[in-house]
Amino acid sequence: MNNVLEVSGLNKSYGTFQLKDVNFTLPENCITGFIGINGAGKTTTIKSILGLVPKDSGTVKAFGKDMGKYEREIKNRIGIVLDEGAFYEELTMSEMKSIVAPAYSRWNENEYRSCMERFDLNPQQKISTLSKGMRMKFSLVLALSHEADLLIMDEPTSGLDPLIRNQFMNILLEFMKKEGKSVFFSTHITSDLDKVADMIILINDGQIVFEEEKDALLDTYKIVKGNPQELFDKTRKLFLSIQETEYSFTGITKNAVEIKSACKNILTEKPAIEDIMLGFIGGK
Amino acid sequence: MNILISNVSDKPLYQQIKEQIKDAILKGELAEGVLLPSIRNFANDLQVSVLTIRRVYDELEQEGFIASQAGRGTFVSAGNIELLRDSKRHLVEIQLQEAIHNAKLFGISKDELNAMMDILYEEEETK
Repeated sequence: MNNVLEVSGLNKSYGTFQLKDVNFTLPENCITGFIGINGAGKTTTIKSILGLVPKDSGTVKAFGKDMGKYEREIKNRIGIVLDEGAFYEELTMSEMKSIVAPAYSRWNENEYRSCMERFDLNPQQKISTLSKGMRMKFSLVLALSHEADLLIMDEPTSGLDPLIRNQFMNILLEFMKKEGKSVFFSTHITSDLDKVADMIILINDGQIVFEEEKDALLDTYKIVKGNPQELFDKTRKLFLSIQETEYSFTGITKNAVEIKSACKNILTEKPAIEDIMLGFIGGK
Repeated sequence: MNILISNVSDKPLYQQIKEQIKDAILKGELAEGVLLPSIRNFANDLQVSVLTIRRVYDELEQEGFIASQAGRGTFVSAGNIELLRDSKRHLVEIQLQEAIHNAKLFGISKDELNAMMDILYEEEETK
């Protein structure tokens, strides 16, 4: 499988915040979710990848080419959706499109029209009057209309209602049906990813915690609940994190089998991505 | 073909999917030459990762149940399935031969052996 994006040794300081030696790769034909709490470094990572903020060190390769040297060629193939959509408020969507379109060699006017229609957007509406959901959809239309091979999006779903989020996920899945497409998006709403992601990358405090296949992650980790009297230091060590009350404990672990043999009365459940994320960053 | 994915099963997702496809092929629900869905479409429909489906397809191909043709898709390849069915049959035959051999050795008659078989078969079914 080819990698569409390779980030290696990325460092960036921002006041007291630091990205520390960030390394990861995005496989082709996959939706990769980039998760972490607010302030973990998701936006800084994305902006550094795109060259919107200068990085202190590190290399970014997209489609096998160095981002610094081939920026124009590479960006022609990337669709970008940022949290704060960079639009001129006074223009209509149609006028905004006329400014953006000439920048891309593969602009597809038919695709633009059909996307606008599908997303229920009126090209003559002024950008200043758009709701948050409409802005995100318009950004997405622009990203999809230049036949991008890689979509990079920063928190595209934050602040959107569940119905629009669901629509958004279906658009992504539709986009992925074409061969050679890839998506990278950050979110702190991990339930968005339960349904659509192929890969999950977790960042915390400026460092990559893991980069895993989603299904493998969900198969490996289990939520284990049981009797607190049966917890000893030895079993405690088998957990990633654990919460105890007088009546029960609930923990997240990849050693469910060992714990089963150590404790008599336990329940195991399948976790959601959020449980695993909290297990990693929530501590013991 | 039906595929049911259990959230409470201890079996990994890819294994659950793989076994159900294999069953469908062995039972003939998926006939030779049938085109399987593309990896992405299948993944979207089952709401699992494309990487999981890719793994399922790769393993089924290694085991000779399916064959992928570049640019055309992935097909059920039944040439091997007849062989597989035969080899399974062959396996049972060998085990039966062994049982018959032992039965003769211990002076157990054919009728007794048949009766034994009936009882054990029923027991296995009600398990």
